[in-house]
Amino acid sequence: MSDFIPAPIAQLPWKTILLLFVLASFGFVVLYSAAGGSLTPWAGLHMIRFMVFVVMAIVLSRFKESFWKTMAFPVYGVVVLMLLGVELIGAVGGGSQRWLNLGFIRLQPSELMKVAIILAVARFYDLLPPSQIRTWGAIWPLFALLAVPCALILLQPDLGTTITVIAGALTIAFLAGLPLRLFIGGGAAIAVLAPLAYFFMLEEYQQRRVTTFLNPENDPLGSGYHISQSKIAIGSGGLFGKGFMNGTQSHLDYLPEGHTDFVFATMAEEWGLMGGILVLFCFFLLFRWGLGVAMNAKTRFSQLTAAGLTVTIFFYVAINLMMVMGLAPVVGIPLPFLSHGGSSMMTIMICVGILMSIERHPGRRGGAFG
Amino acid sequence: MKAAKTISSAMQEMTFTRRATVIGGLQVGVGVLLAARMAYISIAENERYKLLSESNRVNLTLVPPRRGWLIDRNGKPIANNKTDFRVDIIPDRLRDKDKTVATLAELLSLDQEELERINKELAQANSFQPIQVATGLDWEEYAAVSVRLPDLPGVSPRQGFSRNYPTGPAIGHLVGYVGIASAEDYKENPDPILITPGYKIGKDALEKIFEDRLQGKPGAKRVEVTARGKIVRELNTHPDTPGKPLQLTLDIDLQEYAARRLGVESGSVVVIDTHSGDILAMASMPSFDPNSFSDGISTVEWGMLSEDDHVPLRNKILKGLYPPGSTVKPMHAMAFLEAGVQPSDTIICGGGRRIGNRFFHCWGNHGQVDMAKGIYQSCDSYFYHFAQEVGFAKVADYAKLLGMGQEFPLPVSSQFYGTVPSPAWLEKKYKRKWQTYDTVNSSIGQGYYLANPLQLAVMAARLATGRKLMPHLLIDKNRKPAPSLGFTDDHIAYVREAMSEVVNGRGTAGRAKLPLDNVLMAGKTGTAQVVSLSVSNGKRSAPWKYRDHGLFICFAPFDNPRYACAVVIEHGGGSGAAYPVARDVMTFLYDREKAMNVLTDLEKSWGGTIQERMDADMAAYRARLNPEKASADSAPSATPEAATAGTEASAGD
Repeated sequence: MSDFIPAPIAQLPWKTILLLFVLASFGFVVLYSAAGGSLTPWAGLHMIRFMVFVVMAIVLSRFKESFWKTMAFPVYGVVVLMLLGVELIGAVGGGSQRWLNLGFIRLQPSELMKVAIILAVARFYDLLPPSQIRTWGAIWPLFALLAVPCALILLQPDLGTTITVIAGALTIAFLAGLPLRLFIGGGAAIAVLAPLAYFFMLEEYQQRRVTTFLNPENDPLGSGYHISQSKIAIGSGGLFGKGFMNGTQSHLDYLPEGHTDFVFATMAEEWGLMGGILVLFCFFLLFRWGLGVAMNAKTRFSQLTAAGLTVTIFFYVAINLMMVMGLAPVVGIPLPFLSHGGSSMMTIMICVGILMSIERHPGRRGGAFG
Repeated sequence: MKAAKTISSAMQEMTFTRRATVIGGLQVGVGVLLAARMAYISIAENERYKLLSESNRVNLTLVPPRRGWLIDRNGKPIANNKTDFRVDIIPDRLRDKDKTVATLAELLSLDQEELERINKELAQANSFQPIQVATGLDWEEYAAVSVRLPDLPGVSPRQGFSRNYPTGPAIGHLVGYVGIASAEDYKENPDPILITPGYKIGKDALEKIFEDRLQGKPGAKRVEVTARGKIVRELNTHPDTPGKPLQLTLDIDLQEYAARRLGVESGSVVVIDTHSGDILAMASMPSFDPNSFSDGISTVEWGMLSEDDHVPLRNKILKGLYPPGSTVKPMHAMAFLEAGVQPSDTIICGGGRRIGNRFFHCWGNHGQVDMAKGIYQSCDSYFYHFAQEVGFAKVADYAKLLGMGQEFPLPVSSQFYGTVPSPAWLEKKYKRKWQTYDTVNSSIGQGYYLANPLQLAVMAARLATGRKLMPHLLIDKNRKPAPSLGFTDDHIAYVREAMSEVVNGRGTAGRAKLPLDNVLMAGKTGTAQVVSLSVSNGKRSAPWKYRDHGLFICFAPFDNPRYACAVVIEHGGGSGAAYPVARDVMTFLYDREKAMNVLTDLEKSWGGTIQERMDADMAAYRARLNPEKASADSAPSATPEAATAGTEASAGD
């Protein structure tokens, strides 16, 4: 086979690309149905974007680890500036705004921050001497890195993204070897502080989302509506679904955001539990690949980066699915490869691109402190 | 710092591998949890969610049934249904109240008054109760709202049927009206049909009493709808079962004629078929238009009706009580005959008569008076004398036998049945002994005597036939003839003759003679004083409130009665206001054209038909109200029953 295909192409991670293609195609099919059997406005664009971003990911995969290392802090800085820019434009233009309009895409800097924070935190723990890992010096820079972007994203206000950013950074800190007791203690602290945060930090509409997900039927027309309708869509799909183009919840507009955050419900209504299992299995393969890349990576930076990126994608999937199944509040996080939306797909494909780059250049054992 | 020294890159490598494995495990755990959750929702709870999805998708619309018609004895409609395009608001589906109402106001060109009503009802509404915006729309208006539905959540345009009363005000009191079910109705019987827009229930009189029969069974329409209520397609429909019709004994043409003939007076007309007791007409005017009541009456219209001193909200036939006055004289004469008084027995009326040790005035000086003259000249002295001789307890028994003071088994919401004074009654009611002046007052239908117009008509019918006719409102083909009251034919003939003389001879109502060659009518006039002579003479020159009531009872043909009739004109200034009405109504039964000609001329002088006059009054009332509109307080919610019932009639001298 390799006789006929040029080496650069044969060397591409075809398995991974095929996996992503399966997911994105399924998304295409679901979006096609959600639009009432039309390529516009979602399905066609979805596939075009996927193709563009796959090429982008392949291009990213050619960069070496050293490039990512060099870029880690500058990228972080640029994205922070972009977040600030969004905030300023919002303040001047009146009303909050989350994106920068670049013409071909409406770029959400908060999405890019999910990648930037991973690179920056991984780079930080890469630079930190092993002997320092159990000291205060291993902790405060982490918070410093998180503080400004999280504050800016919360201002937007975008709770879902904030959580993803923090979770990605903490995962790297965990993997970098920060003392376990910090995480156990932190978990305990959250258990105590969460109620306080709930009452003093959340907007009222966010509070309602938190409380109603536990019992959406109590508020069927308010914020429980999303979850109720999503569960109805999934539940009425049954084992094999109502069939392609036969979803009533989505076609009759009962399911809100059926092409973005609740695309999984749209899918499940028409494809049933089988469709859901297929999606879950694809994601399982993706994360197994991602963690595999991390395990195989030889340098500390690439290990931490690969694991952090994998976990970031995982958070997208886990929070989104928990939300649509009524296990988590509605926080507005899309489902990778299925939800319609340029910014999130770009973020995820950047993650995938960097993962591919690390897979391609696992590096040599023994880093700066080896 | 001590611990830090012991940590190397290799150890970090191990930590990473260990912890990454933990994270991988956690991820698998979350994946399994999600799969299990999804399986639970889609397999274990599948049935439940399928049902919920169906109830989302399918909108079951109840189709209000067409109400059963009310028809008259000849099958002519008294109440029917007309196709109707209507628009309602369902408050709990409303998003932006003000904007929606404003849009509707523009589309349907609603006036200020309507908007006030809608806003008021919206403010008070129970969320589930539909609020009527407009009915009787044309197709263009209906379509204009329908196409904008996606932008107007909570607005429900429908094609349906609405109740229609072709004769409008002429029939208001008798049929009542229909309206939207109240919150209490729904609480009692939480049937979804009750809150379906366009569904009305009977609110008063026949419409209320025969609700079960007239109601019918709702149909249903299953449609697929989007979340915003847009209908995607119809799935199937199940037609409604219309309510059963109800045939009344009325002759609707006669009823309408009678109502129109009452003109601008406050009065009532009852016509009874003397063969069966069927009520052919029972008109009480002024009245309300049941059509506008059924459509939801405006506060202004309600205000006008409830302020009117002619009490259009009261059915005077059943709830108007009047001293019967001289109309009881033929009936009293019958009582005298049965008690053994000879018709030829005479007394001398010298402008009055001494009874016991007091002198009681008559309204004239009649000289020698026998029974016939006592009736046709309406001589009070004659009745003073023989009532005293026979004893009023006995007379009262006959009064009751002939229908006075009686409540009849009719399908009506309530009847005021008045009083037949008697010694026993007086003792019980006022704890005092019957006196001579009580006999005197009662003998000419004054004093405590009170009767409603229906009783007067029944009295006329029983007197005319000598049979115990019962008034009926519902047609019954198998009705048995009424039993005899036991009067001898001679007595009956004598009274008929004397009453004919009232109209056709030397009596008090010469102008009541029918303009017909072959039919002679018998009758008796009556005048009931409202205030004592020291306040007013009660004639037409007096203020309206002080004028005497005018009464008239009659039947025709006098020698073989077919129809009996009673007319009461409140504050008519005497019987002269009543018998022309009776004459024309009776004429209508024999020669419609002749009767209509008379009416047409009269209506010209009154300023148009009932509807035209009501519209003019309404406009005048609005004009008067407008300057002070800002401070005008809204009337309570509209029901005619809220009108206070009672009588202004006071006992005579």
